[in-house]
Amino acid sequence: METLVQGTEPGKKPTATKASRGKRIRARMWKDRYLYLLLLPGLLYFIVYRYVPMLGITIAFKDYSPFMGIVDSPWTGLDNFRRIFESSEVVQVIWNTLIISFLQIIFAFPAPIILAIMLNEVANPLLKRVMQSVVYMPHFLSWVVVVGIVTIFFRNEGLVNDLLREAFGAQQTIGFLTEPQYFRPFLILEVIWKEAGWGTIIFLAALSGVNPALYEAAVMDGASRFRQIWHITLPAIRSTIIIMLIIRLGDVLEVGFEQVFLQLNAFNMHIGNTLDTYVYFKGIQQSDYSFSTAVGVFKGLVGLILVMGANKLSKRFGEQGVY
Amino acid sequence: MNQKSIAERLFNSVNIGLLLLISALMLFPFLYLFSVSFSSYEDFLGSRLLLWPSNWTTDAYEYIWSSRTFRQALWTTSLVTVLGTLVNLFFTSTMAYALSRPIIGQRSVMFMVVFSLLFSAGMIPTYLVVQATGLLDSIWSLILPVAIAPFNLIVIRQFFLNIPGEMIEAGIVDGANDLQIFYKIILPLSKPALAAFSLFYAVTHWNNYFAPILYINDSSKWTIQVVLRQIVVVGETTGTLGGDNMFAAQPPPPETIQMAAILMATLPILIVYPFLQKHFAKGVMLGAVKG
Repeated sequence: METLVQGTEPGKKPTATKASRGKRIRARMWKDRYLYLLLLPGLLYFIVYRYVPMLGITIAFKDYSPFMGIVDSPWTGLDNFRRIFESSEVVQVIWNTLIISFLQIIFAFPAPIILAIMLNEVANPLLKRVMQSVVYMPHFLSWVVVVGIVTIFFRNEGLVNDLLREAFGAQQTIGFLTEPQYFRPFLILEVIWKEAGWGTIIFLAALSGVNPALYEAAVMDGASRFRQIWHITLPAIRSTIIIMLIIRLGDVLEVGFEQVFLQLNAFNMHIGNTLDTYVYFKGIQQSDYSFSTAVGVFKGLVGLILVMGANKLSKRFGEQGVY
Repeated sequence: MNQKSIAERLFNSVNIGLLLLISALMLFPFLYLFSVSFSSYEDFLGSRLLLWPSNWTTDAYEYIWSSRTFRQALWTTSLVTVLGTLVNLFFTSTMAYALSRPIIGQRSVMFMVVFSLLFSAGMIPTYLVVQATGLLDSIWSLILPVAIAPFNLIVIRQFFLNIPGEMIEAGIVDGANDLQIFYKIILPLSKPALAAFSLFYAVTHWNNYFAPILYINDSSKWTIQVVLRQIVVVGETTGTLGGDNMFAAQPPPPETIQMAAILMATLPILIVYPFLQKHFAKGVMLGAVKG
């Protein structure tokens, strides 16, 4: 990627005069006219739906009213951004986002690594392939389906509470879906259930490049399976782990709109409202366009800085960098 | 030596045992939903841990199918998935090919693409543009704003870059222009890769919940995920499906309807999954090669 963005144009002749250079460029562009024709739809898409909205960010600096339009709405400077930090509500929302995100990094991030190592230890190729097919599958389910399954299993009259009552003699039903203390653990467990299997792909790919002779030599030396994992398997995926962790840290403000939104209710709103859901409630439901845009811009800018920082960091680790 | 082989065997059994348990955790919900959705209510109440239906009934499925709301949602979602995937394929492949050739301005456009991965304007400005382009409450709001996934574009472009230059030169020698080269040489060569990305795009459309709740107010244009949430998560089973329902008898219990609805909404994914699986490891790896 890097070289494409930064490389210099080949075949540039410094001696050419301006006029003839312009002529040559025009001639070359005319020669490539069909390629520009192919470029056009995509380019229009990026301009209309990715870059015009960036101009729309100006409403974060205005008191936007749909009746006056973007241009005529009065400027308010940085007022909307000041409001972000003056409002205890938004500060709470930022905290909620960070807590969920860090819990995911601590508990959900290692899951695919462990699962990949376990799968890697399966000697029977058929068994391994079948289990891979099974654990990849949840990745392709929608969040509505996953949350729906959780609802069916964990509601008061669901299977889990039934079994707890009948098999373990529990006296009371547990409000897994209504009691706030279960909200965060469920978010994490759902992410693990849905994405851990899919996440193994990149680690298994790194492991497929390991020379089997290393394991044979370790067996000769009398190394146990755990020692083989520690000294051969883990070092083989170390750089992949570091890269994935860095990418994940760059996305720390992303906690997934659909998953959280589907499970928000009056009981868990105070710990469950994250930046994305907050922007939705404020902007779409309450039509506070300017302020919610400011919150979105804040999130976008912090994300941009984090991703660029993460990329630098990964280069410092001697890795390729993500972009 | 003997001791080690015992330790070896213990390690293997524990490892495989744990993996089987994990696999069971992923499959069990579907087995349970399947059994309950085909069971009579009496069987479901009698033994809550149903693992296979004893008295088969398709009432729940018939009830769901009798609801116009549900059929309409299936139809809307199918339409969005097919049209959306075609739009995705057209926009992504044409742009990816143009950007794989050394045209003037290529680097600036690539920068635009990469930067859009790093920073987006956010939900509200995008919403306002969708509104301004007149797409609110139209199924095109679920298609055009996501016409290209920048990451897929980058990966497909990388794929085009890896096609040997001789193929293109051969086309030029034969007097073909760039459109003909793209259509007659590049696309046929890329069929497997494009098939893989179509499946990915299609699954994304089918599963999309965010865009419909953002852009669609009109309940006659609800997609399957929106209806499913209403039935299962909100729990308005008969409220959602009952209004226009032509089911003759007493409606089946909400539990079985909910489980049947989940399976019906997931069936298309489960059908394409084997095909997806054949491709996706490749697709993901193409992305990883990019680094």
